[in-house]
Amino acid sequence: MSPAARPISSVRLPGVAFALVAASAIVMAALVLLPLFVVFRDAFDKGIGKYLAAVSDPDAVSAMKLTLLVAGIAVPLNAIFGIAAAWCIAKFEFRGKGVLLTLIDLPFSMSPVVSGLVWVLLFGAQGWFGTWLIDHDIKIIFATTGLVLATILVTFPFVARELIPLMQDQGADEEAAALTLGASGFTTFWKITLPNIRWALLYGVLLCNARAMGEFGAVSVVSGHIRGLTTTLPLHVEVLYNDYDFVGAFATASLLASLGLVTLVLKTGLEWRHAGELAANRKH
Amino acid sequence: MNLQPTANTEAKSPLSLEISGISKSFGRFPALRNVSLQARDKEFLALLGPSGSGKTTLLRVLAGLERPDAGDVRFDGEDFLSIPVRHRRVGMVFQQYALFRHMSVAQNIAFGLTVRPRSVRPSKSEVADRVADLLCLVQLEGLGSRFPAQLSGGQRQRVALARALAIEPKMLLLDEPFGALDAKVRRELRRWLRDLHDRAGVTTVFVTHDQDEALDLADRVAILKDGELRQLGAPNDVYENPADPFVYDFLGAACRLPGIVEGGRLRVADWETKAETDAPQGRVEVYFRPNEVVLAPLDGAGLAGEVRAVAARGPDVRIECLIEGQIFELESRGPGIPAGVAPGLALRIKPLRPKVYAAQPRV
Repeated sequence: MSPAARPISSVRLPGVAFALVAASAIVMAALVLLPLFVVFRDAFDKGIGKYLAAVSDPDAVSAMKLTLLVAGIAVPLNAIFGIAAAWCIAKFEFRGKGVLLTLIDLPFSMSPVVSGLVWVLLFGAQGWFGTWLIDHDIKIIFATTGLVLATILVTFPFVARELIPLMQDQGADEEAAALTLGASGFTTFWKITLPNIRWALLYGVLLCNARAMGEFGAVSVVSGHIRGLTTTLPLHVEVLYNDYDFVGAFATASLLASLGLVTLVLKTGLEWRHAGELAANRKH
Repeated sequence: MNLQPTANTEAKSPLSLEISGISKSFGRFPALRNVSLQARDKEFLALLGPSGSGKTTLLRVLAGLERPDAGDVRFDGEDFLSIPVRHRRVGMVFQQYALFRHMSVAQNIAFGLTVRPRSVRPSKSEVADRVADLLCLVQLEGLGSRFPAQLSGGQRQRVALARALAIEPKMLLLDEPFGALDAKVRRELRRWLRDLHDRAGVTTVFVTHDQDEALDLADRVAILKDGELRQLGAPNDVYENPADPFVYDFLGAACRLPGIVEGGRLRVADWETKAETDAPQGRVEVYFRPNEVVLAPLDGAGLAGEVRAVAARGPDVRIECLIEGQIFELESRGPGIPAGVAPGLALRIKPLRPKVYAAQPRV
């Protein structure tokens, strides 16, 4: 038997397992749990009253609304794009498939600042379409549209990446069967394809949403930091922090951290219930 | 329903499926080359061939899931290729069954009925009745609320069949219907499927790579290789008269020796016999089945050989013989090893029905 084929349990290095677990526990505590604790501690540092005042401040509320609006537009669009991309990659053979796959991954490998900057270069006052936009009184940069565009660009791989391996694995036989049974293309998609990918889709949407709401770099470039108008929650945290309003900054940050924790719980729940249907648990 | 077996009426039934000149390539790989064949109404036709022979592609062309590059398919006189998949009313059973995993067995079977346009859709109670009938037909009563993952392979296959039959198909297409099942279940399902076909009275085309299955089940067998139709005929005809060495070899165990046909005589090594009148002349390849031989003493007629080993294998006896420098595994009906046959015995082996093909030019 080759060493690689031996079951893992046969490897016994006394103390090593304990040392590794302890080391990662310490690192986790220092780098993840401690900061998380600090966020909430500082948020409530001056009491619950100050905390509530900070999160109900008009600028904070409008940042919250803006974040929800941006995510509310970007996430559904990316879900649709993700399904379409995964569908054509998984179920069809065509030229340029590899290129499309690489393009989908591009936002993962590119700094978010670049993802924001490209929109400024296109639609900013000095950009390609800048003069035209000014002439027609259309505002993209330093406006909600720009935030949405930047967010879409940064988050578009999440849903597609989650669906592609699953759909490739499922093949197109069920769809073919539905067609031979007399279903239309639309019915087949609605009754066969979509139910088969629902959990993976939800999982992808969850991750996409978490990133969309938390995105800083890309939106920072296109936002212009106009308080109450173009600051999303992460940008609002920065603004408050730079103003030495620590309670406000940490209170707002605690909202984002809570969002992260909720996402984590939902994600874990999905992984636990529907492990077989999620790409995260497959060999790529 | 027609309870008469279709085999008896086969000669009289009209042609229902006519495939002519179908070609299909995937990129540079030609999957089908100019295939033409016909099936009669209610016939059970097997497409037999090794993997990569194009049989599944042909089935998918019939279903409408692949478009051929050239050729014509007519069904009951209609131009089948111009009809989209969903309007062809073919019941297809996929190799891995392709059951809808998120639907119960009953929902799977009902699918074809529930997706019909509202004007021709049966009512809920009609659908329920039809599902119950079909569950009964495929002997899965009471399993309607199960999900595909909770069924055995044989049960899944029957659900797939019931689902295909639910739309009252004009033609039934089966892709390796027994491929994913173990040997014992396969045999049981074979007879059952044949009965079902005879009762339902639907023209059926099924794909298999198992020659036993094809010969046992089908009214006629089409043998494909490398996308070409090699032979089409009744199981017995193709088995008795294989058109070429490939078909001979594919349909069962084969022994091969070089020989010569001259002046109406066939000579193989030191054995000479009368050649068939239509046999090719000159250098030939002689084929015979390892179980169609007579063992004779050295002074008898046949190929000189020497027994190397003998072993009883279930109902048969395997006799390993050295003939003309080649080892052949001959079979003789058991039980029990024929008297006197033992390693080292020199004897003569007479093929009962040698089949002669023109020698292929050596590559």
